[in-house]
Amino acid sequence: MSVDAAALQTARTGAGAAAPTAARRGRRSRLASVGLHAALVTASFVAVFPIFWVLVTSFKPDARAVSPTPRLVDESSVDNYVDVLSGARGDFLAWFGNSVTIAGLTTLLGVFVSSTTAYAVSRFRFPGRRGLMLTFLVMQMFPFAVLIVPLYNILLALGLQGRSLGLVLVYCTTAVPFCTYMLKGYFDTVPTDIDEAGRVDGLSPFGVFWRLVLPLARPGLAVTAFYSFITAWGEVAFASAFLSAADGSKTLSVGLQVFIQQNRTEWGHLAAASVLVALPAVAVFYLVQRFLVGGLADGAAKG
Amino acid sequence: MRAFLARHWYAYAMVLPVVVVVGALVLLPLAQGLYFTFTNINEATIANPVLDRPASYEFVGLDNYVNVLTGGESYGAFWSTLGRTLIWTFGCVLAHYAIGLGLALLLNRRMRFRGLYRVLLILPWAVPPFISVFAWRYLFNSQFGIINQALGALGLPTPVWLGQSDLALFSVMVINTWLGVPFMMVTLLGGLQSIPRELYEAAEMDGASAWQRFRDITLPGLRSVSSTVVLLGVIWTFNLFHVIFLSTGQNPHTRILVTYSFERFFSGASRDYAVASTYGVLILSLLLVFVTIYRRAMRRQGEVW
Repeated sequence: MSVDAAALQTARTGAGAAAPTAARRGRRSRLASVGLHAALVTASFVAVFPIFWVLVTSFKPDARAVSPTPRLVDESSVDNYVDVLSGARGDFLAWFGNSVTIAGLTTLLGVFVSSTTAYAVSRFRFPGRRGLMLTFLVMQMFPFAVLIVPLYNILLALGLQGRSLGLVLVYCTTAVPFCTYMLKGYFDTVPTDIDEAGRVDGLSPFGVFWRLVLPLARPGLAVTAFYSFITAWGEVAFASAFLSAADGSKTLSVGLQVFIQQNRTEWGHLAAASVLVALPAVAVFYLVQRFLVGGLADGAAKG
Repeated sequence: MRAFLARHWYAYAMVLPVVVVVGALVLLPLAQGLYFTFTNINEATIANPVLDRPASYEFVGLDNYVNVLTGGESYGAFWSTLGRTLIWTFGCVLAHYAIGLGLALLLNRRMRFRGLYRVLLILPWAVPPFISVFAWRYLFNSQFGIINQALGALGLPTPVWLGQSDLALFSVMVINTWLGVPFMMVTLLGGLQSIPRELYEAAEMDGASAWQRFRDITLPGLRSVSSTVVLLGVIWTFNLFHVIFLSTGQNPHTRILVTYSFERFFSGASRDYAVASTYGVLILSLLLVFVTIYRRAMRRQGEVW
């Protein structure tokens, strides 16, 4: 199970090693080169086009968005954005704030908790370690439908129902297992000599973890932060079940669902709202993407 | 006992928060959910603290399981839904893996714009899924969607992609393939880069063809990464509810086990929690059986994990 984390890890460090082979491959024929780029351009086009098209549509008036002859620019303006942000179509800014709070807290809590767990699992051979990792694997299989009613009751009993913190805890249970596996892979690659040196110098086990190992695993932390953030930012089912119906307490994902149901024909406005929702996620993605595959050494290899 | 604690206390202190949260928010609800499958709990019989109404649901034994497993239409036609779930799961995972591996192989070469391609290709992962689904619904729209407009301009038929037909299942699989490829690509790219270069150089020295190098070095080198991501992919796709639910709603042609469970949970005034939970428990059981068989098969081939 830790292999995928290890793989992500090597993706980061392996780029330097890739250079010699890559240089040799540089001798590939012109035809092969054209084919390679053609394939990648096509794939990139398919990957980007749906998002690009929403972006284009977001500037069009609703009537133009459903035009039978689509054009890139068609009476385009920023009116849709103004409408959405001014709150004419639901309290967009409040939803946005809620989402930022919830996703941010989930990221902080999820990364912190899974890093301590991953460190313990990576370094200490304590009884129950295997059972814990197996539980995490099985947790990936839980369909939320079994959990949702009991969870509702438990959150109610804890006084967390309808509160952001309840949702944050629920999101952590979905994000933490994967993050723990991933971080365990990263910690496994940090030599234990470092821990021992730290202990000799008088640091406590927590001190070693906090001051030595955690900074070294920063790329791993970035990847897990990205994963936690995306998980919480885009989640629909739990959010629609556990947040109160008041407009001001919705997250973006829930608010936008309502927005879509109420404004079925206003494709321009829907697209503008979608772009606004996607922007923070893409920004976070852009910040961590170099850790996600290429890695630090990659800049040198002219990735 | 004291020596035991002295030796392990910091390990336990570090895992304690997770264990508490997991215990309270996963294991406890799971036990309760399991119990619900033997009752007739629904919106009318559940305890309602707001109305100050006590719970009035009763123990009904295996009735829920009998109702579901006999495959009645009013209980979601379990067996045909299971068949559709299997098509959906294995179709999607196969597409994810094949396309992800292909792109990873292409990206694992030195070339111009490599970093740019990589960012663009991972982009679908970064956009929140409900936005992507919305984008695809717009593209797939039968009247003004750009796909049908392009097909119409070429004189080809312009079907209703996300309507009441089996074509809808194909369409949601396309959407999910688009969403899932980046994860596979990233992990497989990592796997590719962990294969020692010397192996390829030695093979080339010995005159191995590109295909032979792929078959005898790349595939075996990717085995451990592949077995993990395929396992995770199957589990995630089997339980993936939002893509289908957001793109086609309650459409019997795209109904899989998880979406039906959600339908029972949320639809109408009745809110049949018992049947929803029964579906949940059946899903969990099926996945546990699958994982057991999968791991055994992997172990037989010499995989250790």
